[in-house]
Amino acid sequence: MADFPWLTVLLVVPLVGAAVLWAPTPLRSRARPVALGFALLELVVALLAVVAFDTSAAGTYQLTQEHSWIATLGVSYAVGVDGVALALIVMSVLLVPLVVLAAWREQGAEGLVTDNLRRYLALALVLETFMVGVFAARDVFFFYLLFEAMLIPVYFMIGSYGGDRSRRRHAALKFLLYSLVGGLIMLVGVVYLGVNGQDGPGRFLTENLTGLIGDGGPLSITEGRWLFLTFFVAFAIKAPMFPVHTWLPDAAEQAPAGTSALLVGVLDKVGTFGMLTLCLPLFPEASQWAAPVIIVLAVVSVIYGALLAIGQKNMFRLVAYTSVSHFGFIVLGIFAIFPLAADTGGTAVAGSSFYMVNHGLSTGALFLLVGFLVARRGSPLIADFGGLAKVVPVLAGLFLVVGLSALSLPGLSTFVSEFLVLVGTFPQHPVPAIFASLGVVLAAVYVLWLYQRVFTGGVPDSTDEQDGRGLPPLSGLRDVRAVERWAVAPLIAVMLVLGFWPRPALDLVRPPAEQTVSTLRYVLDAEADK
Amino acid sequence: MTGIFDTPQVDWALVAPVLVVLGAAVVGVLLEAFLPVVARRTAQVALSVAATVGALVAIGWSWHRLSGVDAPTDLAGLRPGGRALYALTTESGGSLGSLVVDGLTLVSQALVVVVALLSVVVMADRTATREDPFAPMVSAVPGSQYERLAASRGLAQTEVYPLVLFATGGMMVFSATADLLTMFVALEVLSLPLYLLSGMARRRRLQSQEASLKYFLLGSFASALFIFGAALVYGVTGSLTFDEIAAATVTPNGLDKLLVVGVLLLMVGLFFKVGAVPFHLWTPDVYQGAPTPVTGFMAAGTKVAAFVALVRVVYVMLPGMGWDLSVLVWTVAIVTMVVGSVAVLVQGDIKRLLAYSSVAHAGFVLTAVAAGWGTGETAVVGPWAVLVYLLAYALATVGAFTVVALVRERSESGGLTGEATSLGQWAGLGRTNPVIGACFMVFLLSFAGIPLTAGFVGKFAVFSAAVSGGAWPLALIGVLASAVAAFAYFKVVVLMYFPARDERPADADEVGAGGSVASQTGAVGTATLARPKTAAVVATRGCATGVIGLCALLTLLLGVLPGGVLTAISNILQ
Repeated sequence: MADFPWLTVLLVVPLVGAAVLWAPTPLRSRARPVALGFALLELVVALLAVVAFDTSAAGTYQLTQEHSWIATLGVSYAVGVDGVALALIVMSVLLVPLVVLAAWREQGAEGLVTDNLRRYLALALVLETFMVGVFAARDVFFFYLLFEAMLIPVYFMIGSYGGDRSRRRHAALKFLLYSLVGGLIMLVGVVYLGVNGQDGPGRFLTENLTGLIGDGGPLSITEGRWLFLTFFVAFAIKAPMFPVHTWLPDAAEQAPAGTSALLVGVLDKVGTFGMLTLCLPLFPEASQWAAPVIIVLAVVSVIYGALLAIGQKNMFRLVAYTSVSHFGFIVLGIFAIFPLAADTGGTAVAGSSFYMVNHGLSTGALFLLVGFLVARRGSPLIADFGGLAKVVPVLAGLFLVVGLSALSLPGLSTFVSEFLVLVGTFPQHPVPAIFASLGVVLAAVYVLWLYQRVFTGGVPDSTDEQDGRGLPPLSGLRDVRAVERWAVAPLIAVMLVLGFWPRPALDLVRPPAEQTVSTLRYVLDAEADK
Repeated sequence: MTGIFDTPQVDWALVAPVLVVLGAAVVGVLLEAFLPVVARRTAQVALSVAATVGALVAIGWSWHRLSGVDAPTDLAGLRPGGRALYALTTESGGSLGSLVVDGLTLVSQALVVVVALLSVVVMADRTATREDPFAPMVSAVPGSQYERLAASRGLAQTEVYPLVLFATGGMMVFSATADLLTMFVALEVLSLPLYLLSGMARRRRLQSQEASLKYFLLGSFASALFIFGAALVYGVTGSLTFDEIAAATVTPNGLDKLLVVGVLLLMVGLFFKVGAVPFHLWTPDVYQGAPTPVTGFMAAGTKVAAFVALVRVVYVMLPGMGWDLSVLVWTVAIVTMVVGSVAVLVQGDIKRLLAYSSVAHAGFVLTAVAAGWGTGETAVVGPWAVLVYLLAYALATVGAFTVVALVRERSESGGLTGEATSLGQWAGLGRTNPVIGACFMVFLLSFAGIPLTAGFVGKFAVFSAAVSGGAWPLALIGVLASAVAAFAYFKVVVLMYFPARDERPADADEVGAGGSVASQTGAVGTATLARPKTAAVVATRGCATGVIGLCALLTLLLGVLPGGVLTAISNILQ
């Protein structure tokens, strides 16, 4: 079963779905069931791939495939996953059907009706292919290709659907430009590495591009550091980290909730995933060199993101800023292993890897729930809500659970990962770890205060609301529909299960983390001996 | 040159591609003279298509022959390594450089011929308006008695087809010659028909004629500088063929001032043709004024031919001056990329936008020229990258200009008239015409170098070449410039797909009531009239949409599966 091309199938299924949605077939009119069907099929394939994956060797790349693709350039179609990549793929393909479900009813100002909805779902499926591909790619060129190509469907998903016309196209353009600039800078790095790599087939394979820097390779330490920066800038913009995070709140505010869930839940993980699987192995020395600055930036992201989240008036922006804070944690965990000491373990890295998965689940659910609220009320402003716990008790309950996951309540999986990151960071970087812990406190403030303002207290007088905006009265909002419940319930279930029994997930992410650290130690020690 | 006139031995099969095209052009002129009016158009189109297809076959044969040659040949004195066949040789077996058939020649000739074929198809498409894009009587004053007379007689402009063939033949020789004199003749043969073609637009005729005159004056200057440079180089080296000039300049001890001046003048002539800054100023005006299918032909074809000629001059004729020239090429490349990309940002007219885009693209190609021939295994990476980029650029350019040719203004009466080139008129086009809109977006994405389009492969190729040639600062400036230009392209995509409310295409009734619509009937040549806000894609009565679809398809195909093409180009260059 391990020989079956699982990853290729994972890449193809959503594309077929998108083609069916686009093609002029009778199925076209049943966009929602078709999209959901393909998304669920993808999920099943992904679960089968998990079964085929040998967890006892999660630190190695499995389910690999390698074919020469562009011979002249030495580019290969090379896919393969280790535990982290597999976990992220499963998280992504879990989110997509839920996003489809969440789009079941039209949302947003423009509304996702008929043809628009069909195109939206087709784009989401195309995006799914790119997401799976980018986590599975083991060829740097292939990775880059998907990393950039991914922008186009997202660009349309933000620009065509969602909030106010002129503001959302501004947001789409801002998103695109930030990502494009980062990506193009990375392109220089990719080209430079490739040119200095071995000739012939397999030139861009990740494993063939390692070890090019330093005494053994054709590139000097200085060149290595510059190349690291080209990659890191692209990933930091994608992640997004302070100070290049400003595109995210705009995009999240204007995009439909489902798009935001995918954008923040999955796409932005590509940034941190890239730091982990490309920056560290390709540029070990430079990673160590840059780690102090990156750790500081990460801690700034944690606190600054949380503070800004507290101050937001718009719920979408609030969730976006909480993500900036969370991404700070993830980056902190990845780079906290430096400087490598003899006893440095993979705890922090494993924590970060697990954090990526959890954050996708938690933020995805949060965006969907906020989307439900906004769709009911017709306004994303917190001030337009109040006392909803009595009106929509189930929605309030779901919101509370998901909100608590965002502040890492013990018993939910997010707690495990955040704890691992802090524990892993503390021995070597006590001060950053202490400051980052402040982020946990601030998270309680932004989550609970948000909940308080939206759900608790009395329902404001309906007379106050007649301010000419034509918003539906708060007291008349209806509770979650069955479809919506199904869109969020699986995420909460997974977070609960992994919160009490994180073992299966940790079995996937720990070995790659240990592997990463031991490889780094080997390389850096060899460097130091010379 | 020995001064003795050797009778050249001609290898006719190698000359065949050029002969077919130029021969057909001559026949086309005769057809103009002897065929009755009604039969001309059909005959000319058929002849042009046949000639280009025939030339492609001949190129295929040469390609086959060249592939069979062991590299390097005995005659290889013209370029470092690599195969070449010589169409003209002396009786004693020595090579004459007038027509060199090597990888560069074949790829660029094939590209030029394909561009010509596609352009002819587009030019022949009269669309639902039953008008081709050319004025029936170019010399007639718009709206005059002559004009009406010509229209009533059913006159149509058919001389464009032989003119296109002449220009194509010139381009094919321009990129194939290793002899300054032949190069100059080819330059004129390709330029003169283009000057004429630029002035033939049916609508906005004064703008078109202005474009023609500008192009002619500036082009003549460039040609004059080129021939003056050639004369100076001849004065210093005593030869016009590239190998002898290369031999004479290979040891740069004590640079000859005359040689430097001569080479600089030559380069100016070539930079003018590729549209590099600061010799680009003609491009926006000419691209805007010329009939759109001609613009597509000129933008793609000329650039291909001129860049290949530039590569040949820099690396075959003047390898000894590589260091001196690289300073020049670097500077021009940087300035071209920056100026072109920034200028794209502020354009309000789609044709001018594409014109500045072509300037920016010239800059990107120059980064690969700067990379050089390299040595050893990377010997062909520079020229290879140039060709790959030109291939991607040519496909997208022909396709994009064809789209522009089909997007028309809606007049007061609801009929479709001239081209809607003002960007504001394109608002919402992606919604109203999904297929054409999607194709145009593919071209824009390719221009922007987004992965999975041909443009990305081209960009990757030129930047790889630049980095491997040690020109990584060029690559860095290149990506930053691409980001700037990408912003401009995406602004167009935004406009086409997410128009703001006030940019939404109003329907015909609103336009009629608005009263801001100027009559554009007939061939009113002024551009100052307020334009109708709406635009629509005109239905075709030919294969123009086919050309658009083909270009879009190839652009995507080359982006996803470029392997075969890249390998073929690489192999033929070895």
